[in-house]
Amino acid sequence: MEFKDYYKVMGVARDATEAQIKQAYRKLARKYHPDVSKEKDAESRFKEVGEAYEVLKNPEKRAAYDQLGQGHRAGEDFRPPPDWGAGFEFSGAGARDSEYSDFFESLFGAQGRAGPRHGRGAFHPGRGEDHHAKVLLDLDATLRGGTRQLTLRVPEIDADGRLTSKERVLNIQVPKGILTGQHIRLAGQGARPPGEGAPGDLFIEVDFQPHPLYRLDGRDLYLDLPVAPWEAALGAAVKTPTPTGTVDLKIPAASHAGSKLRLKGRGIPASPPGDFYVVLQIVLPAANDDKAKAAYAALAAALPFNPRANLGV
Amino acid sequence: MSSSEDQALPGAIFEESAVLTVKDLSRMCAVDERHIVEFVEEGVLNVVEINTTEWHFTGTALRRARLALRLERDLELNLAGVALALELMEELEHLRRELKARR
Repeated sequence: MEFKDYYKVMGVARDATEAQIKQAYRKLARKYHPDVSKEKDAESRFKEVGEAYEVLKNPEKRAAYDQLGQGHRAGEDFRPPPDWGAGFEFSGAGARDSEYSDFFESLFGAQGRAGPRHGRGAFHPGRGEDHHAKVLLDLDATLRGGTRQLTLRVPEIDADGRLTSKERVLNIQVPKGILTGQHIRLAGQGARPPGEGAPGDLFIEVDFQPHPLYRLDGRDLYLDLPVAPWEAALGAAVKTPTPTGTVDLKIPAASHAGSKLRLKGRGIPASPPGDFYVVLQIVLPAANDDKAKAAYAALAAALPFNPRANLGV
Repeated sequence: MSSSEDQALPGAIFEESAVLTVKDLSRMCAVDERHIVEFVEEGVLNVVEINTTEWHFTGTALRRARLALRLERDLELNLAGVALALELMEELEHLRRELKARR
């Protein structure tokens, strides 16, 4: 198991005050919070920072960690000494939903984790807790609907009191027209209550994998469609892929790069359905043979055209 | 957890039909009802006008309430801070769309 340098993770000195640690946490949390951040590895960084803060903000855990940490470097192979934890009493506070690293669990596992999450399950007596999960679906799932196999990680407290997760595989009929951020609710697929009573529900929040052709924006879809200069200038009917099949799209004369054509109601089949936007991209033929060069030269001779007119040159 | 896991479970879009009460949201988010009421008072959640004395929310309130709870917990924000963050996040999303549409 790797030794984790929590001070390094948080970018604070070993003798940082509680106030400095709190300040560092808040700054990093704002930077890496998955709901806010645009950083690539936001989620994993955020977990790491949360774990470091969990230890460093708590004087008991910090003292124990400091005693242990002397002589260890980040990433180094590490086993807790057999007398680890002797003389320290951890009063855990602030339960989180996420898992901690093996390093954290080996040090603070059973005792460090906050006791039974107060009040959980008590919000509706006799009924199991609702569970939440997030999944990435392919765009076809919402365009056509259909069954998908989803693998969810379900958090579980094991016999030693550690939070682990177990894989759960569910086959789900994805409703056609579901949008990013919407939920599929599976009644009775949440947690079972300790005694008698109905299980809770499972809420699955949906997001989509990038599609090779289409960009998704809410209920609308965008396609970048390459066209030849003369197709844009003179107008043309060109074959265009859409989610419901290939269509002959009429390009109006005098179109330009970035022109947007709307196919109403051909976006995500939600209610109301989204639109399908085609964004024109003008592609120039390569001038790599004499024939092409002659054609470009003829065009240049025929048209008085200054593409830089609005630059004043 | 259940024996029916091999068959496909029928999924419906929760947001399309859901009308939620304070009690529903409290259960789904695993927080006290008082907390949901505070979200309404601070303008984090919007109540739908229905001719009853009880408050009702649309299905989208679930995502918003859970987002607000995460911000509150992870960033140690107070309610006013959560409300401001949500407003700014919405504005940012709106501007990003606008930018995309102009390009």
